[in-house]
Amino acid sequence: MSVTSVRRAGNRVFIAGVALLILWVLLPIWLLFVNALSAPAEVTGFPKRFIPSFDLASLSFFFGFSGVVDALWNSVKVAALTMILSIGVGAPAGYALSRFDFPGKETFRFLVVMTRAFPLPLLALPLAVMFIRTGLDDTITGLALVHTTLALPFAVLITFSLFSGIPLELEEAAWTLGCTRLQAFTKVILPLAAPGIAASAVFAFVISWNEVFAAAVLTIENRTLTAFLLQSIDVSPLPLKFAGGAALVLPALFFIFAVRKYLFAMWGIANR
Amino acid sequence: MAVIEIKQVAKTFGSFTALHSVDLTIADQEFMVLLGASGCGKTTLLRIIAGLETPTTGEVWIGGRRVDHLPPRERGIAMVFQNYAVFPHLTVFENIAFGLRMKKMDQAEVTRRVNRTAELMHIEQLLKRYSGELSGGQRQRVAVARALAMEPDVILMDEPLSNLDALLRLEMRAELKGVLAESKTTTIYVTHDQVEAMSLADRISVMNGGRIVQAANPVEVYRNPAARFVGSFIGNPPMNFLKAEPAGAGKWQVAGQVFDGPAAAAAEFAIRPEDLHPAEAGLPAEVRVVEPLGPHTLITASVAGQPFRAVLESNLLPAPGDMLRLAPVPDRIRWFDPATQSAL
Repeated sequence: MSVTSVRRAGNRVFIAGVALLILWVLLPIWLLFVNALSAPAEVTGFPKRFIPSFDLASLSFFFGFSGVVDALWNSVKVAALTMILSIGVGAPAGYALSRFDFPGKETFRFLVVMTRAFPLPLLALPLAVMFIRTGLDDTITGLALVHTTLALPFAVLITFSLFSGIPLELEEAAWTLGCTRLQAFTKVILPLAAPGIAASAVFAFVISWNEVFAAAVLTIENRTLTAFLLQSIDVSPLPLKFAGGAALVLPALFFIFAVRKYLFAMWGIANR
Repeated sequence: MAVIEIKQVAKTFGSFTALHSVDLTIADQEFMVLLGASGCGKTTLLRIIAGLETPTTGEVWIGGRRVDHLPPRERGIAMVFQNYAVFPHLTVFENIAFGLRMKKMDQAEVTRRVNRTAELMHIEQLLKRYSGELSGGQRQRVAVARALAMEPDVILMDEPLSNLDALLRLEMRAELKGVLAESKTTTIYVTHDQVEAMSLADRISVMNGGRIVQAANPVEVYRNPAARFVGSFIGNPPMNFLKAEPAGAGKWQVAGQVFDGPAAAAAEFAIRPEDLHPAEAGLPAEVRVVEPLGPHTLITASVAGQPFRAVLESNLLPAPGDMLRLAPVPDRIRWFDPATQSAL
């Protein structure tokens, strides 16, 4: 075999691999949206049409279903509160990690990551008991607090790498030009870090939006969309399942796509 | 316009001592250069004066006011950083205006001062641009303009030219000297480049190992080094040092030659390479390397087994292996105490 034919064969394997990976990610999403946007009768049909018929019957039925809009609104509220809390606590922690040397700094950074290794199911029962005692059970605030602990490590690490990327010299220059520490932060650091902080906030929002376990355990009346779907999906017709899935996936996909640059930066992939 | 007094300032980082009790007074409108190799403490001293670092012990006074407990903004200083520190989210105009706006100056005065300093630094055509659209040299000009616009009592500069290429550095050096002389501020300038130090300074403070070894005008530092370190650090090529044996009555024997020297128990002979000329009688030098450099010829030789350099006229071209007799200019010979390393 000549060198060119070997190279051509290698190329084909490469392309096949890429195609497989793309299908792996896109096929379920395509199925979800095709079925959500098709008429209920088409959902069970096969073969599928590549472009859906844009029949909104399933979706409108789904949104008309009692409790869906409330659950959706709950999801938004919990996610928004999670976003505010995790940035409000996480960004100062990220700033402190990047700018100050304090005893136990490395241990702290490690522990921040370690919180993600702690399984939520183990925590859920004691949390539920504690929440009932303090009256936080079945509330937006209670669930947002749990989601904040899930989102916080990412908020800390993303903002840490963000602030570390802004030279200390810029802050020092602001101090010598008449700024207090706080003024230097708001006038110089914040404008430079704002896009990244926004990305980190969106990421926290998505983590909360997608979370189902804590939401299912800790809420009864005030279900979020994930918890609501988990509860009612078994007993719903297939078109409804697809419509619910699409309503859940679309915002998360859209947000993550919008902030992908900053998430790649966090994981150390050079993308600039 | 301010006198800067540094009184017994020391700084330790953990077990490392960056500065050992430094005392230095810088006169009003003086251009003081802190010169030394990296790690000598020169930047630490500058940052202590700026208020970006706190001294472990000691006092800093600016214009008759003790400032070591004050934050940078209350010290009446402006600083130019090594990496320029031009704010990337602001235009050149807003960068220069930044400090003025912090002082709540009215818009007309801000515009007037920004335009004046921009003109002084030849960047008036760049005022609408962002830092990302500027070259390194232009950013440096913005950084200097931003400091000058504050009309500070004291300007602190931390290796401001070290990131520029050689030709630009030469140009900026001359320009800085002119601009700063006109602005009538007291300037402290940190550099590791001896040529930059010699060309800019009213006075040079040579630092080594966290101490100021000598603080004097450039010619004095060059001609009369206070310590062996100063002679070996300043000058290209640096000073030559040779062992000397006492020959009694203030006479010293150096490589077989007898010279008048100090009355001391031990001494080391030192001479600058350009203060030597070939003669009938002189230090016996075996030529190792000959470098014709145009205006003069640089000879690397061996005198009594010790390395020795001489700068000779360029029409003299000895060959490696030749024996030369090099006579030192008598009043340029310096003597150092081998124990304390200081001048005798």
